[in-house]
Amino acid sequence: MTTAHQLATHDLTLAYGDRVVVEELDLDVAPGRITAIVGANGCGKSTLLRALARLVVPHAGRVVLDGEALHRRPSREVARLLGLLPQSPVAPEGITVADLVGRGRHPHQRLLARFSAADYAAVAAALEATGTLDLADRSIDELSGGQRQRVWIAMALAQETDILLLDEPTTFLDVAHQIEVLDLLTDLNRERGTTVVMVLHDLNLAARYADELVAVREGRVLASGAPGDIVTPALVQEVFGLTSRVIPDPVSGTPLVLPAGRHHRVA
Amino acid sequence: MTTTATAPAAAPTAALVAGRRQRSRRRGAVTGALAVTLLAVVAVTLMVGDTFYTPDEVLRVIVGQTVPGASFTVGELRLPRMALGVLAGLAFGMAGVTFQTMLRNPLASPDVIGISSGASAAAVVGIVVLKLGETTVAFLALAAALVTALVIYLLSRRGGFAGARLILIGIGVAALLDSVVTYLLSRAAQWDLQTAMQWLTGSLNGAAWPAVAPLAIACLVIVPLLLLLERDLGLLRLGDDSAASLGVRVGVVRLVVIIGAVCLLAFATAAAGPIAFVAFMSGPIAARLVGPGASLLLPSGLVGALLVLVADVVGQFAFGHRYPVGVVTGVLGAPYLLFLLIRTNRSGGSL
Repeated sequence: MTTAHQLATHDLTLAYGDRVVVEELDLDVAPGRITAIVGANGCGKSTLLRALARLVVPHAGRVVLDGEALHRRPSREVARLLGLLPQSPVAPEGITVADLVGRGRHPHQRLLARFSAADYAAVAAALEATGTLDLADRSIDELSGGQRQRVWIAMALAQETDILLLDEPTTFLDVAHQIEVLDLLTDLNRERGTTVVMVLHDLNLAARYADELVAVREGRVLASGAPGDIVTPALVQEVFGLTSRVIPDPVSGTPLVLPAGRHHRVA
Repeated sequence: MTTTATAPAAAPTAALVAGRRQRSRRRGAVTGALAVTLLAVVAVTLMVGDTFYTPDEVLRVIVGQTVPGASFTVGELRLPRMALGVLAGLAFGMAGVTFQTMLRNPLASPDVIGISSGASAAAVVGIVVLKLGETTVAFLALAAALVTALVIYLLSRRGGFAGARLILIGIGVAALLDSVVTYLLSRAAQWDLQTAMQWLTGSLNGAAWPAVAPLAIACLVIVPLLLLLERDLGLLRLGDDSAASLGVRVGVVRLVVIIGAVCLLAFATAAAGPIAFVAFMSGPIAARLVGPGASLLLPSGLVGALLVLVADVVGQFAFGHRYPVGVVTGVLGAPYLLFLLIRTNRSGGSL
């Protein structure tokens, strides 16, 4: 990790056909930190993440990696700097964990080249970091949801990128596995300095694990900064349209949002 | 990054190397066995027939010597028939598995989703309505296969590319084109009917070198191209987003691969007719043999060639009547299609 790569958006507008999803958005991803993007369903946060990963062509404005427009850069070169775990990745039927994680080495391999010692080392390191080394020869179909998610993260790790983008990495996981995945990402960030950007549904987990929180509503950034600075009942109201109380999380000291709903009253 | 990558002990790496070696050994062994079997079947088809010729006689014909009787039977009849069978099978197998891999669905083979039907319909129009010659018909079929693929692709593109929608649209297009064929045949003259039938069942009858040559050239150009793109194609199986974030230029790869596979299929169809279900069956059979997660292009091509050759031998000699190869592969393929549909339904999956 010699240099921390800079990922940012300038005046970014994203649209599907005529429907504008993200509008004139400026965002600087904090290098070497964990950023969580939160917002209501359909607010454009997943689209924003996909644009950061070069999967969506900007309607206007641009995504910039180290001062250069992301879309101008060759895809393999980008793939060595920036990895993505999509929301619902597809595993080929019956593939072994080791082979799947090995696919993460693609951007580092030359055409027709064999799997090199560096490739094996990277795969082994990725499996070890995610605690899936003993699953290496198992078929992906046999794994539990939590194990499978760790394997997908391992594939992204084998890619050895400085920036890791994850679209709701905790969906479909029970609470224990959610924590496990978020702990793993924190380890990566602390030990390797990997810049992590993730879309998260759970505001409280986002507040606990992220250094930087980006709150999005209708394609615009409402607030961004350290969770302790920005998470307030007013922000929750604005982002989710929800009355709530915000107290310090007794476990982590980060803000804890207690939504009220119709049957309870905020004291 | 490199410092952390080399940090772990040698032991886990050794286990990974061993696992990967083991899987690639299986792949190599199966591919080798398929190639050897194919060679054996090729030898048998050259030797056996109404008259038996010894390997020695066959070899002498192949190197160009004149052997009374054998020079004609082997050189003019059996050799081109064998070459057409091998090349058409190879082309069908590879085209089929390319589509199946790209669309992540065993149903997505070009003979199920209407591309073969496009070629057949155009050929029948050419023969029955336009009264065209053999070569023109072949090119018309080629163009029609490409246009059909393009139409299916464009129709299924609305709001992003979706494999399941492409398959359903393709099946609809196939039904439409097949009805065009049936209509034309019902009005065709007896003589045209004979020629047109070749385009419907697929057959190696009347194979001659001039018909084999264009297919051979197409294979020489396209097969290496597909093999070069094989790793990218394999990554498309992870989904478009994952593939793109691993550095695959998804749009470009998909376009090149579609055009390559459609051309292979169209040239093979032009030479031998749409030999039923070979494109559809080869990939899944190869996958069973080679094991999961492996590259399937070459094994599928070999399986396709074997299927066509063996089915042709069965069609010629197993029954009192001589059946075209497409009838035999059709009998094999139809139950497999049903099996696949039932299995898909049971597992509760969509297409």
